[in-house]
Amino acid sequence: MTATSAALLDIAVHAVFGVGVLGTLLGLAAFLTWVERKQAAVMADRIGANRAYLRIPFTNVRLTLLGLFHGMADGLKMLLKENFKPVPYDRIGYWLAPWLAVAPILLVFAVVPFGGRLAPAELFSAEGSGGFAALGRFLGGLFGERSYPMQIADLDGGILVILAISGIGILGAILAGWSSNNKFSLLGASRAASQMISYEIVMGLSLLGIVVVFGTVDLNAIVRQQSGALFGVLPRWGIFLQPLTFLLFLTAAMAENKRVPFDLPECESELISGYFTEYSAMKMGLFMLSEFLEIVVISALITTFFLGGYNPPFMGDGGFDLPFYGLVALPHLPVVAIQVGTFVFKILLVSSLQIQVRWSLPRFRYDQLMKLGWKFLLPIALVNLLFTVLGCWLFQGGGGG
Amino acid sequence: MNPARRDYWNRERMGLWERVYILEIFRGLGITGGVFLRNLWRWITFRRGALTVFYPEERRADYSTRNRGRHILTLRPEGTPQCVTCNLCATVCPARCIEIESRPDPSDGHHPKNPARFFIDYSRCIFCGFCVEACPEDAIRMDMEVPNLPAERKSDLWVDLDYLTTWKPQRDPAKKYPPADGSSREARR
Repeated sequence: MTATSAALLDIAVHAVFGVGVLGTLLGLAAFLTWVERKQAAVMADRIGANRAYLRIPFTNVRLTLLGLFHGMADGLKMLLKENFKPVPYDRIGYWLAPWLAVAPILLVFAVVPFGGRLAPAELFSAEGSGGFAALGRFLGGLFGERSYPMQIADLDGGILVILAISGIGILGAILAGWSSNNKFSLLGASRAASQMISYEIVMGLSLLGIVVVFGTVDLNAIVRQQSGALFGVLPRWGIFLQPLTFLLFLTAAMAENKRVPFDLPECESELISGYFTEYSAMKMGLFMLSEFLEIVVISALITTFFLGGYNPPFMGDGGFDLPFYGLVALPHLPVVAIQVGTFVFKILLVSSLQIQVRWSLPRFRYDQLMKLGWKFLLPIALVNLLFTVLGCWLFQGGGGG
Repeated sequence: MNPARRDYWNRERMGLWERVYILEIFRGLGITGGVFLRNLWRWITFRRGALTVFYPEERRADYSTRNRGRHILTLRPEGTPQCVTCNLCATVCPARCIEIESRPDPSDGHHPKNPARFFIDYSRCIFCGFCVEACPEDAIRMDMEVPNLPAERKSDLWVDLDYLTTWKPQRDPAKKYPPADGSSREARR
């Protein structure tokens, strides 16, 4: 195999990963709008979204499917609405802001691994006859010994990239509020800026605890380390190693997302809709989409750092390594399927938790928000980091992992 | 406490448990999560997990059996409307929303007049029930079901004889037809 064809193969595989992840992310975000509606409704003894339907052509059969098509109806509505053009203070900033809100969130996901190593040649057995064997022989001839981590960008400094890129998200909110030429927007933007900067610090400090415990900033390595067992019975997950960090990160991440307990940047009751008051149609839809995308991405990060990533408990790339039982080896195809499936399942579970929080807790006042960030979470994060460092120094002799 | 700040009678007095805040968050999440799981389990086991209903398709549980809903024209056993087009309902109607056009019916000696057309304008009807009170023939009643009011055109709110005579008597437990005590005209005859 020549170097050129190998490079082309790599590009093709990563293109498939990229398109697949992008589609899955947007699909999950649209799905979450339905989850949010239904979960809030079921919590409040209501039925929830149940009206939008697809009619099977030429029949009178209407598919409602528990209201699953409401997300589709919403998207269509936003696309078809009047694209109102106000006279903004800064035309370029006004057009740029929604994209600056969405793009960093999508970019963050590039470094999140959604599966272990993928060796296409080992997916299907090449022996025997039939379609799958032929496919196996074809993939074996094409890929040979090559294998890929299931991740769009396999970067060593994963956590640093996450912190750096998620910081850009603030710019979208600030730019939207500042360029709108509207006092409500400006107030919302200033609130968004101070809130996101405050909680960015807590987020970074809590992630430092994870870095100290696992001794690496590489997300793949962090996930691999979590596949072992702790005290023989517990999976060696970040949530068991660093329970306080989990709470801190969850709180900070939800504050970054600007949803209800922390929704002061857009607070509907005071600032109309905060920094995106002047936006309409799909430009507003992008802000909404970025909220739901951020739920998915936060869930993916929490899964990766605290819940064992793409692996079910005690599972590695080769198969399960159960305590008291020993190794259960699995072929490559089920491993890949289980890993990707587990990852999506965990994402949905954590997203559901976030939605639960959003519909349970009352909003903070602005001073309470700042107090919580600077006087409560920040000291706790620092103390937590101190004890983590001391613990690692005592028990692991200075080295990580 | 700041001495300049008034001590209100309803100032929140929180114990240590509430002050820590995070524990109360877990308690609150437990309550909402418990309700969520309970209702979800009810839906999964094919029971109703909500207090609300699929409204226009299902009848609300809190409708009175004497609710003044949509109008119905009662029918004789042979299927013709009981209405004799005396116009009393249209006369008494304070909203003036009833329009009746009569036609002679030579085949029925007791009831020589029949409604050829009978309109009620639901964009004007105030559901007062005077028409039911005024009718000497028990020909117009009000069902407990509410009319399907949303319409795309104003003219769709004019309901006609077809709409008014599609009545399901088993849905009206307050008034059975024909009355069991033999007070109807057919029973006396």
